[in-house]
Amino acid sequence: MLAAITTLLVYQLVGEVLVHFFALPVPGPVVGMFLLFLSLWAKGSIPDGLHTTANTILQHLSLLFVPAGVGVMVHFARVSGEVVPIVVAILASTALAIAAAALTMQGLIALRRRGAGKAPR
Amino acid sequence: MITPRIADIWVYLSASPLLWLTITLIAYQGAYWIYARANFHPLLNPVPIAIVALVLALEATGTGYPAYFEGAQFVHFLLGPATVALAVPLYAQFDKLRRLLLPLGGALVAGSVTAIVSVLAIGWALGASDATLLSLAPKSVTAPIAMGITEKLGGIPSLTAVLVILTGISGAVMAKYVLDALRIRDFGVRGFAVGVAAHGIGTARAFQVSEEAGAFAGLGMGLNGLLTAVLVPVVVSLIRHF
Repeated sequence: MLAAITTLLVYQLVGEVLVHFFALPVPGPVVGMFLLFLSLWAKGSIPDGLHTTANTILQHLSLLFVPAGVGVMVHFARVSGEVVPIVVAILASTALAIAAAALTMQGLIALRRRGAGKAPR
Repeated sequence: MITPRIADIWVYLSASPLLWLTITLIAYQGAYWIYARANFHPLLNPVPIAIVALVLALEATGTGYPAYFEGAQFVHFLLGPATVALAVPLYAQFDKLRRLLLPLGGALVAGSVTAIVSVLAIGWALGASDATLLSLAPKSVTAPIAMGITEKLGGIPSLTAVLVILTGISGAVMAKYVLDALRIRDFGVRGFAVGVAAHGIGTARAFQVSEEAGAFAGLGMGLNGLLTAVLVPVVVSLIRHF
């Protein structure tokens, strides 16, 4: 547990350092995720402790958005002038984006399966 | 004699991070309890419920956001390590991901372009101001990336943070209905679409449904963060040309 948390923090730290050093347009933790992924790939397996700790944290990923969300609602007044266009645009656009991504992915999988002939995976 | 003592205790507690950290955890667990009791019904997502409860508590006690964040920052801080931790389920699904490179790439481009273009078109048609439109454009990606994009284009980063959270909540709440209506059953496809359209809050919902959906959602969120950072400036400059 402690080793796993330290691992996550080390990768985040390295990610942050790289982002600042090379002025990358990506958050440090995203770079850290990429590096950890590469390390797991090189290693060929996931250490037990890391697997358990990662699953525990990710199970409660929702909780981690709550503090930022509270800040957002406190600043909601800023939106109030344009509530209708903003809310309608967000709802419709999010539904459309989910549909577009899902249909494209499903379509491409089906297309390839047909292209590959009778060998369904 | 009791009233001044309670006031003293309140003064002491409100100056320490312990109080609001504890209340944040209690509010979330209360919201999660309702969510679990309702069989993880998407409309009862614990994020908006906990947020509303906490905003009401802050209003009722006259507590400002900076005082609240003194305590809540410990939870907020974990977003970084949690993002790094996404590498673990991603690697666990690696064999499946590797076979799906082309479908994933296609879905990423389709979802990313649709998210940007449709929010601009609908917002514009409904009369949103230019600053609002610029702040809306990167709404489907995780807040730090979205705020960076908006800042470079001359939008309002703090407004973008609001819109990003609203998008995440909308995606987490609506995804099941949209995907069921389209009869999409594969957890990989469902998760990836939610991650592309609704970043971390959508990914959190995907993890509550299945680890596979969560892994794909995390991948979608990460990839769309990169693609949107490239696409939004291009789309905006194209629009400004006309």
